Parts: sequence; structure tokens; C-alpha cells
Amino acid sequence: MSRKPFVREVSKTGWYFKQPRYLRYMSREVTCIFIGAFALLLLCALGRLSEGQASYESFLAALQGPWSIFGLLVVLLFAVHNATSWFNVTPKAMPVQIGEDFLPGKYIVAAHYAVWIVVSLAVLLLAGAF
Amino acid sequence: MNTRIVELDVLRYDPETDSEPHFQHYSVPCAEEWVVLDALNAVKESIDPTLNYRWSCHMAVCGSCGMMINGEPKLSCHAFLRDYAGVIRVEPLANFPIERDLITVADDFIDKLKRVKPYLIPARNEPVPEGEYKQTPAQLMKYRQFSMCINCMLCYAACPEYALQPMFLGPAAIALAHRYNLDSRDGGRDERQEVIASHAGVWDCSFVGACSEVCPKAVDPAAALQQVKVASTIDWFKEHLLPGGGK
Repeated sequence: MSRKPFVREVSKTGWYFKQPRYLRYMSREVTCIFIGAFALLLLCALGRLSEGQASYESFLAALQGPWSIFGLLVVLLFAVHNATSWFNVTPKAMPVQIGEDFLPGKYIVAAHYAVWIVVSLAVLLLAGAF
Repeated sequence: MNTRIVELDVLRYDPETDSEPHFQHYSVPCAEEWVVLDALNAVKESIDPTLNYRWSCHMAVCGSCGMMINGEPKLSCHAFLRDYAGVIRVEPLANFPIERDLITVADDFIDKLKRVKPYLIPARNEPVPEGEYKQTPAQLMKYRQFSMCINCMLCYAACPEYALQPMFLGPAAIALAHRYNLDSRDGGRDERQEVIASHAGVWDCSFVGACSEVCPKAVDPAAALQQVKVASTIDWFKEHLLPGGGK
């Protein structure tokens, strides 16, 4: 009896539409595009800052437009999704064993949120938001 | 016994006559408490004795009867018919070549399993008169959940990375390597690291997490892979930043 195993083709594109869990994964991964774009914007800001006050202020003024604000809100949304989706899986990467038991994952996740809030408040404070 | 007619669409493939697989429909009288495997057994016993599939224990222990049921990797002995409405689509495990009907070729997984040395490699060979290697309950708990793996390969069928990059060692093999690395009696981590910390090892994993979601034994392979990434990264920093490579 001869063997003739059949190999099923796997779609290189569009596979993530097959399962909601793959879409969830891609929604996390796609955030890197928006976060990368924001990092480029920050680099532009630094470049304009190095060109002097007038250049930097015109750059800031350009960011005040409705489309800029909409774009920044979209980036913020994706950044929050990126942060929360990673925070929620941290217990997998860093389990904390105490004796024979493991610390429930919710405490590890909560610790990340707590540090995030404290750091965000510190940044806002330094930026003079309060 | 309450019975109902269950409609099954089963993927069939005969390597001697078929150029590609095709679905075959069966209407099977089934008891309410049956699982998909029972329905397949009923097909084989009363309707079509040519249907081929693997099974053994019928109690989610042997890991033989993994299949795609409505597109989801499941143990067919663990998939209750009452949880499905309409026609139930039964296919061989995804991401593996089809040998015949619902039977897949598992050679790739078996080969990868061997490469990670999933057995105890004692750090030192103690003479028998000195007694057994002792372990505290806390040391046992460190790796216990990863030792529950039954090699059913559902995690490979769920993993899109394995589908796209067949060289990837995959969830179960790495989780089992991690299980032995975490064992206080074991001293084989360096040997396994060469395999699991390579590019085709943990670094091919992008943490989709599907492996853990489909595991019928509540093992968390995704956790094992992320822990191996953390430990391997620490190794790298030790090697490059500490005098003497941190040895």
C-alpha cells in the first residue's frame, strides 16, 4: 500500500479572518503601525525643536487642527489597546510562585495597571498638566 | 434512550483513489449524551466501515482522537453532540498532512518532540544506595501543569505560526522542554536551550495564545513559551554583560 499524504494549502493572507481569536491577535499586532507612526511624529517634533522656537511652534500649531486631533485620538486608542492587551497576558510570562501556590494573575495584571497610572500621572505632572 | 439524527460532514481522503479530499455526508442516529467520537463509531459500525480515524481511550487521556470539529481543534471524545446544532463538520487536524480520512501524519511533531529531549537528564547520577531524587511539593508545582500535556497536537492545529512556518518547533514540544527545565531533578537545560532558544524555537512564536485556548488538559503552552523567552533573554544579557558570560 503506497503512501500519498495530502498537504492542505495554508493561505498566507487572510488566515486571521478564520477565527475570532486570530482577529483579536491581529488587532493587538496592528497597533504597532500606529505606535510606530507616533514615534516618527515625536522624531519630527525633535527635529523641529532643534530648528528653533518658531519652527517648533508652527509644528505644534499644525497639530491643533481637527484632523490632527482625530489622528492623535486614534493613535491613543490603539496605544491603550496595545498596553491593555499586553498587561492582560503578563501573568503568563511572569508567574509568581509563593510556596506551593501561584499568585493569582489578577494581582500581576493590577500591578501593571497601577504602575501605568502612576507613571502617566508623573508624566502629566512634569508636562505641567496640573 | 433519547436519540436524534445527527448530520455529519466528514472529510474523506483515500490516497489510492483520490487526488484531493472531499466531504461525505452521514445521517447518524445518536444518543443525547454521545460525543462526536461515538457518532463516528456508529458510522463505522453501521453505515460505512471504510471510514478511518484514530482513537483509543475515549476519556481525554490518550490524545489520539484530535480532529477539527466545525473548524475548531477538539478531542472528538470530548466534544458533546448536544453542544452542536445543525450539520457538524469533521476534518483531520489542521496543519498536518492527511494520511487517510481523519488520520494525519504526525511525524513532524514526533521528530520535534524527540529534539527537545522531553525526559529527565539528571544533573548528577547518584548511586542507587543513596536513594531517590527528592522533590518538595513546591518544586513539583513549579512544572506540574506542563506535565499534563497528552501530546494530542490540538495546539499545533490551532497555531497560525506553525501553519505559516512549519519549521517552528511549536507549542507542545517547547512546553514539554520547559517542563523538564523547571524540574529540580533535571540538569539538561543547556542541551535543550540549543533547540528551543533558536529562531525556529520560541522566537518563531508571536504569542497568538491559541494553543492555550484549545488545550483540552488546561495546560498553558503559551505561558511556557513566554517564560522560555524571558529566561533566554536573561541568558543573553548575562552572556554579553557579565564577566565570564555569567557562568
